Amino acid sequence: MNRKKLQKLTDTLTKNCKHFNKFEVNCLIRLYYNLVGDITERQGTVNGLDRNAFRNILHVTFGMTDDMIMDRVFRGFDKDNDGNVSVSEWVYGLSLFLRGTLEEKMKYCFEVFDLNGDGFISKEEMFHMLKNSLLKQPSEEDPDEGIKDLVEITLKKMDNDHDGKLSFSDYEQAVREETLLLEAFGPCLPDPKSQMEFEAHVFKDPNEFID
Amino acid sequence: MGVALGRLVQWTAPGHGTRVLEKTPLNEAILKEIIMFAESFIYKHPQEAKYVFVEPLEWKTDLNPSAFESGYVVSATTVKSEESDENGQPLLFLSVPQIKVRSFGQLSCFLLIAKDTKLKEAQACIEGNRNPVAKILGLDYNTMKEESSILNILDKITKDNDTESEIKMKIAILLKQLDVNLLNHSLKCISLEIPLHPAAVKNDIELLKRFSGKGEQTVLESIKYTSDYEYPNGCRAPPWRQILGEICYVLVKPHDVETLCITCSEEGVFLNGGKTDDEEINYERKGVIYKDLVTCLKEKSAKFSENMSKQKTRFNEELQKEKNKPNETPKKEAPGALRKAIPGSDKTMLEKNQINFGKSNMIKRLEPSLNWKTTIDSKEVSIHEERHGGRVEKSAPSVSAGKAQLIRKSGEKVEEIVSESSSESEEDEEPPDHRQEANADLPSEYWQIQKLVKYLKGGNQTATVIALCSMKDFNLAQETCQLAIRDVGGLEVLINLLDTDEVKCKIGSLKILKEISHNPQIRRNIVDLGGLPIMVNILDSPHKSLKCLAAETIANVAKFRRARWAVRHHGGITKLVALLDCAQNSAEPAQSSLYDARDVEVARCGALALWSCSKSYANKEAIRKAGGIPLLARLLKTSHENMLIPVVGTLQECASEENYRAAIKAERIIENLVKNLNSENEQLQEHCAMAIYQCAEDEETRDLVRMHGGLKPLATLLNNTDNKERLAAVTGAIWKCSISKENVTKFREYKAIETLVGLLTDQPEEVLVNVVGALGECCQEYENRVIVRKCGGIQPLVNLLVGINQALLVNVTKAVGACAVEPENMMIIDRLDGVRLLWSLLKNPHPDVKASAAWALCPCIQNAKDAGEMVRSFVGGLELVVNLLKSDNKEVLASVCAAITNIAKDQENLAVITDHGVVPLLSKLANTNNDKLRRHLAEAISCCCMWGRNRVAFGENKAVAPLVRYLKSNDANVHRATAQALYQLSEDADNCITMHENGAVKLLLHMVGSPDQDLQEAAAGCISNIRRLALATEKARYT
Repeated sequence: MNRKKLQKLTDTLTKNCKHFNKFEVNCLIRLYYNLVGDITERQGTVNGLDRNAFRNILHVTFGMTDDMIMDRVFRGFDKDNDGNVSVSEWVYGLSLFLRGTLEEKMKYCFEVFDLNGDGFISKEEMFHMLKNSLLKQPSEEDPDEGIKDLVEITLKKMDNDHDGKLSFSDYEQAVREETLLLEAFGPCLPDPKSQMEFEAHVFKDPNEFID
Repeated sequence: MGVALGRLVQWTAPGHGTRVLEKTPLNEAILKEIIMFAESFIYKHPQEAKYVFVEPLEWKTDLNPSAFESGYVVSATTVKSEESDENGQPLLFLSVPQIKVRSFGQLSCFLLIAKDTKLKEAQACIEGNRNPVAKILGLDYNTMKEESSILNILDKITKDNDTESEIKMKIAILLKQLDVNLLNHSLKCISLEIPLHPAAVKNDIELLKRFSGKGEQTVLESIKYTSDYEYPNGCRAPPWRQILGEICYVLVKPHDVETLCITCSEEGVFLNGGKTDDEEINYERKGVIYKDLVTCLKEKSAKFSENMSKQKTRFNEELQKEKNKPNETPKKEAPGALRKAIPGSDKTMLEKNQINFGKSNMIKRLEPSLNWKTTIDSKEVSIHEERHGGRVEKSAPSVSAGKAQLIRKSGEKVEEIVSESSSESEEDEEPPDHRQEANADLPSEYWQIQKLVKYLKGGNQTATVIALCSMKDFNLAQETCQLAIRDVGGLEVLINLLDTDEVKCKIGSLKILKEISHNPQIRRNIVDLGGLPIMVNILDSPHKSLKCLAAETIANVAKFRRARWAVRHHGGITKLVALLDCAQNSAEPAQSSLYDARDVEVARCGALALWSCSKSYANKEAIRKAGGIPLLARLLKTSHENMLIPVVGTLQECASEENYRAAIKAERIIENLVKNLNSENEQLQEHCAMAIYQCAEDEETRDLVRMHGGLKPLATLLNNTDNKERLAAVTGAIWKCSISKENVTKFREYKAIETLVGLLTDQPEEVLVNVVGALGECCQEYENRVIVRKCGGIQPLVNLLVGINQALLVNVTKAVGACAVEPENMMIIDRLDGVRLLWSLLKNPHPDVKASAAWALCPCIQNAKDAGEMVRSFVGGLELVVNLLKSDNKEVLASVCAAITNIAKDQENLAVITDHGVVPLLSKLANTNNDKLRRHLAEAISCCCMWGRNRVAFGENKAVAPLVRYLKSNDANVHRATAQALYQLSEDADNCITMHENGAVKLLLHMVGSPDQDLQEAAAGCISNIRRLALATEKARYT
């Protein structure tokens, strides 16, 4: 990519992005093409980060482990749902990922947790997301008992209108009361440590990122 | 056995079907004896063990057939012994539940099999076989036993000579021995239970009276007899009731139930029908008989029982003492006993003091320690020696070790307390650990919390966070929840979470710990589980919200010494001080992120934790060394109340240290303290006033307070008396500030003196101490003395002279003394009998009170009309004063010398104190280096010279030479007083010679050149006396 084009892209993206300055956008774009470059070389046709490549980044850089959550995070980035994260989706997504306000993060997290996208987090969805969260005790008769109970506890805590599922307003109210509940059903934001490392790495020395 | 069983064993009352044995210690003892007898029978008497009983012993057993093993034929419901009699009948036959035993051998085996239920089986056996002897040996032997003559037995043996009856006889003799054994045994038991007699009842009641009265600490509200008349035999019941064994009737009002009317009789103590309308007592018994009054009251009043257990040790000791008293006879008091008894009597004094403290609600924990050292000086001790001499000597070996331990213990405790800061609260007492009883009724929260803790343990980060958030929704301020978390092992998990890398889990865990650590028990558990070092480490975290939470939790936990030590020991103080440094730019925006907090908040939490930590002396030092003071000073300039309170709180705590006071002055902190006195927040005002109170010991600080306009807000705050803590702090600040004269003038301007006088009544002691202290300072000035009089302040002041709080007494005596300088005030004090009250305070055990009272007496004697007559009217008063010269406290000695100076101005009184030996006592004190004492001693000596041959006596008691040395002191007051004393003494020729020998002339010659006229005059007079003697001698020599 030539310099001029990069310059232009940087300008447009900086305009649309409130959390990064020009330098930072520049760094991220470089990083993106660095990453995409590897892939295009391999696959030739696709222009963007595909699901696997993105998941790899999430896993390696941000220490995420839950497959399902990572899938959902990919969907959160992939706004146009074309199976690839484009450069603008990349910068936009990271701006929220790293610098988002509480409101933005809440919206994003809710979308991640709302597996079927119907605007509610249902009991089934919760169960699905929490099913690996408890150490299975061999002694217990019903291994899902604990998970079901945990779902009930969560509902009791967050379901303010008592309709048995979480709407966004339920979720929002609960998170405002207790910020710890932002990632209630699994880590879908970078933890502060890897975030700091990432930023330090990317924004300080843009030429030597990622191996 | 028959006799013992027939006569001694206590059966329950008839009428409940079969009679069973009552569960009494006596019965139990008898049963145990019997079991021992039966169990060992098979070994001790193998021959006789085979003897087959005439009739089997039969009873219902609880023992299962399965318990029987070898030697028995066991089926589901029956057991037969393999051992059988000549007819093939088994010697033991059990058909559930009936059992029949026919030999001692089987009985022994059976008891061995029964193991733990032995006692029960034996009881069932005795209950089932009311006449075992008859069953064992046949009826004729039973009657023989009743005659109980050994001759009869011998008779029988000789009569029928077969082996069977020989064995029978042996068994009979063995049973007889057992019977005697049992009788002896029960006699021992019974002898412990003597019926009540009038003296014992009286002792009980007298003792209870001493522990009764108003207040929470006492065991009863009141206890009194129904009749004041006591018959010569010690009973108070009317004679026709005495016949029934009744001793007296008492009306008892416990704290928590209605007045009880109780009959004390020889049988025991029981409730009667109470007083009827025409003031008669309904003698009818209502309810059970108790063995004594205390047991009865414990049953009737929970409060009594509770307070009694607190007082128990003291009460028992007293009781023991009372019980022992009748045993001593005057004869036993050998002359040597007195001396030996001293340590013991010392101890009784100690006890007495402790009891006094129980009564005075233990307001200050430090007080008892001040007390007991000084108790050995008065007559009281000798009385105790006489009373307890005999007893103590007898019981000395066993008791003295315990006593020594007790004394050492209390000594150690005092040391411990003293090593800590004075502001240490009672928080430090380790509270008893109330673990939940396993089977107690548990609230539903308990189970829910238990479940959550399970998820905490077995969940990943997501589940943990959910469980933590859910746990936070419980009412964590409630003790049930706090203890539930601990009891299901939640504390360990929460603390473990702090040690992980999961920031969210740490935050969640700290949020819970912060809440539950308000509970003192939880604090200790957190420290025991090693939570503090981890939290101290978190203070280094890059996440501000974590820092805040950790600091806040530390603030809660560090409320006791061990925790504060742990914080310091793990470097927490430095880190906490570093938190204070955060608040540079207070204009930053509020952060919405989970991990961030505002810098101001971080600093506030840091200050909060430091506040808690600053209650330990070493921590104060550590804060100072970590550079905390400038940071605190900077934070003090902010205007956030919730920041200022912990900051001022820390400063106030630390201001008890000299170093801090200097730093506070240097950092210009006073200015801000004064500024915050004007705040709206009462707590902030309180802490500011408290800090000023601490710092205003220093004169410069007092001036600073005035210059920054702090006196006016203090005076204004006096008018609001609802918040007692703040009032105490404010009055404290006023007290210390009024040590400076300029401040007093200001206070007068603000009408603070009138307000202070108004506060002399109806205030808690903490306030009174300060109010009276302030008045004492103010009354050093004439105008204020007048104001106090005009506002009617003298009466309440004099009234306070009867208190018991030592700090208060010291201040009250000072204030009264200051007022007495004014003759008009003195008239009022005299009229209120204030001088007598002051005089009686000379008997107070606390030396500060004694000294202060003696100082106060001086102006009283000076200004009273007919002072000499007044002083003489106090019976034993002069002797008391003179005896105080034996004290070893310099302040007491100086004050008493001053009082003696004033007393000696009256010739008659001087004569009396001379008779009491004032001269040798004063002379003994002469070798002192204390200038204050020297001055007053010299004055006292010069005044005492005015009677009889006292001048000569001082010389004989070698007081003159040391006095001469006083002239080398640097204190002009000492010079003047000494010169005057020497002048008086120089009227005696021998004294002149001593003075001359000790080089007085040269020293006095210097004094003649002094600008002080009195000194000049006295020195010159003394020299002239010496010179005149020299001339006379010369003259005598040459003529």
